[in-house]
Amino acid sequence: MGYEAVKESFSGGVFPVRIGKEKEEVFGGENTLPFHKFEGEVPNRPLIAYEIQDVAPEEWPETVRTVYEGVSEDPVKWARHCEEELGARAIALRLVGTHPDGKDLTAEEAVKTVTSVLEAVKAPVIILGSNHVEKDSEVLPRVAEAAKGYNCVIGKAQEANYKTIAAAAMANDHKLIAMSELDINLSKQLNILLTQMGFAKEKLITDPMCSALGYGLEYTYSVMERIRLAALAQNDEVMQPPMLGDVGMYVWKIKEVQAPEEVLPEWGSVEERGILWEALTATSLMLAGAELLIMRHPKAVEMVEKFVDELI
Amino acid sequence: MALSGVEIFKLLPKTNCKKCGFPTCLAFAMKLAQRQATLDACPDVSEEAKKVLGEASAPPVRPITFGSGEKAVKMGEETVLFRHEKKFVNPNAFVLEIRDTEEDATVEAKIDAVLNSEINRVGQLLRIDGICITNESGDGGKLGAVAEKVATKAPEVPVIVNTESPEAAEAALKHFTGKGAILYGVTEGNAEKMAEVAKAHKATVGVKAEGLEALSALTEKVKGLGVEDMVIDGGARRAGEILEQNTLIRRAAIKKSFKALGYPVINFAQREDGMYEALVAGLGVCKYGSIVVVSSAEKWKNLALFTLRQNIYTDPQVPMQVEQKIYRIGEPTADSPLIITTNFSLTYFIVSGEIENAKVPAWLAVMDCEGLSVLTAWAAGKFTGAKIANFIKESGIEEEVSHRELIIPGYVAILSGTIEEKLEGWKVTVGPREANAIPNFLKQKVA
Repeated sequence: MGYEAVKESFSGGVFPVRIGKEKEEVFGGENTLPFHKFEGEVPNRPLIAYEIQDVAPEEWPETVRTVYEGVSEDPVKWARHCEEELGARAIALRLVGTHPDGKDLTAEEAVKTVTSVLEAVKAPVIILGSNHVEKDSEVLPRVAEAAKGYNCVIGKAQEANYKTIAAAAMANDHKLIAMSELDINLSKQLNILLTQMGFAKEKLITDPMCSALGYGLEYTYSVMERIRLAALAQNDEVMQPPMLGDVGMYVWKIKEVQAPEEVLPEWGSVEERGILWEALTATSLMLAGAELLIMRHPKAVEMVEKFVDELI
Repeated sequence: MALSGVEIFKLLPKTNCKKCGFPTCLAFAMKLAQRQATLDACPDVSEEAKKVLGEASAPPVRPITFGSGEKAVKMGEETVLFRHEKKFVNPNAFVLEIRDTEEDATVEAKIDAVLNSEINRVGQLLRIDGICITNESGDGGKLGAVAEKVATKAPEVPVIVNTESPEAAEAALKHFTGKGAILYGVTEGNAEKMAEVAKAHKATVGVKAEGLEALSALTEKVKGLGVEDMVIDGGARRAGEILEQNTLIRRAAIKKSFKALGYPVINFAQREDGMYEALVAGLGVCKYGSIVVVSSAEKWKNLALFTLRQNIYTDPQVPMQVEQKIYRIGEPTADSPLIITTNFSLTYFIVSGEIENAKVPAWLAVMDCEGLSVLTAWAAGKFTGAKIANFIKESGIEEEVSHRELIIPGYVAILSGTIEEKLEGWKVTVGPREANAIPNFLKQKVA
């Protein structure tokens, strides 16, 4: 019996999502499993956005904090640095300073930061809240309005606050990240709720919730694979938005990226360990279906881009 | 070709005797078709049926044992393409390459790196599983010398001998006779001679061809030479090719029961940049590689790759658990706070990580709830006031702390009363619902 390649083609596909104004980027759009160029169309490479914050990243571990020394006290400088020095294709601005347990910055202050960052860079901007359900529904509508015309991504809408955030994203013509917690059914339900209120499914990005390598990566990985199979094989339209891997935030808080070699000699150099941890988390999730990634360390981003070159 | 349940049923005795443990022969046949039962459970099956079914029910990816003794690695036997369908069976082996052109000191350092690579993570001992000795020099003598060094210094470590020369193969493999070594480098051109060398030393054969059509023809040829145990390589080196070949090999084996590709796959991930190489190796881990060869084994790289392998090969149906005990986070003293949670590994990791982020030393009581998370364990009656009280009493923590305050997860605030009732002299404090609120909670507590 001779060899015959078992190739698979699907009736469904992933929506391509186009973001940005002065400089546009597109991600998603494939009609096959991740990077399966041998049996389908993979028109766009995953988009990696550099994460910056509205406040100085005091909580970030040394490895990733020091690379932004001198620019990270000012979000505008930071954004420009990412675009001009590091060649960032997109910027993810996290308004972590608005969190009530932190600096509790007001919506007005957030609007100021967002507007100045948008004016400073050409690359598309992803605007993220502080992940505080109530505060996000206060801050994100205001910044979405201020960012009108920039074709941004706004995030994240969750079950508890999706209505106000989605309405603002819709009114101001932005794309929207819909986040649920590591469950394909919850993810589907949220996307359905959003489309029922009139939000176009083609403008959604599904965030099934990220986890770091060693800290539940296998859950995110499998939920992503299942969502992608639902999109392709079952042609389930609400599961066809591209997926987000919010990698940096989940990686750069675990023990493996912080414990010094002097304390745990069997783990080796903390700097290389941290960078690889972020890159490997990102590439694993890309293999499961993530098309939009938010990352922090320039060396990790560079390696992931190189890996994509080898895959595509 | 895989048989359907009905096709299998036709070959069974149709007596519905129930000796197999299933109510009817048809039910048994269905289980056989799904590979959830094995034919030996039926005592009355005919010889002819055994032959037909035996061939059809053999695992789609042939089981291979790499190495021997305690450090032997089982490979193959995979049954699915996606890990959510069913557990990936045998975790891949990581193998460090040593080239026979490398300096003695480098060779020694690499052998040491393998011997010292063991790391304990979540109760599992993980390590670089083997060494691949590559005949870069083309000189059999040099390969033999490295082989001897490896056999002497690391006699228990499984070995791949990588050469296309039968003479060099003999020079190296004689140091590993009967030790489950792999002779990689068997091609269309050298198959006969290499098969002889492999058979003489009871080695598994690693076949190498350009493309999957040539590879299938070659495995059939090698099988015809009397070698059954093989690992296969279709020549892919770039990441995109590795993904394509590994996927097509796994599909052919599982979806079509195509025997000629029903063997464990060996992937060569070596790159100049040792850190970047880990990403290519990670592709092998996620996507169907059984052996992943790397060129360096730095400790930080090992930790990341071992962790990825552990994650991907976790049983999706069985929650990962950590041991029930009182964990010390930081260096807690008698005054440090005491927090309780369940033993779902993810819960433990996240809670302990957030306590570390708080930089407030604490005692973390992790209670055995069969690997369920807090809310699930509470709903299932495994994380109850009475059980928590019992665990705290028996844990010995009363000897360690001077206070009597237990912090419980916010989601089970309802348990406060029962715990205080059953745990005399203790005060219960309700902590945050989500772990990410722990740092603030703890900082305020000790402020």
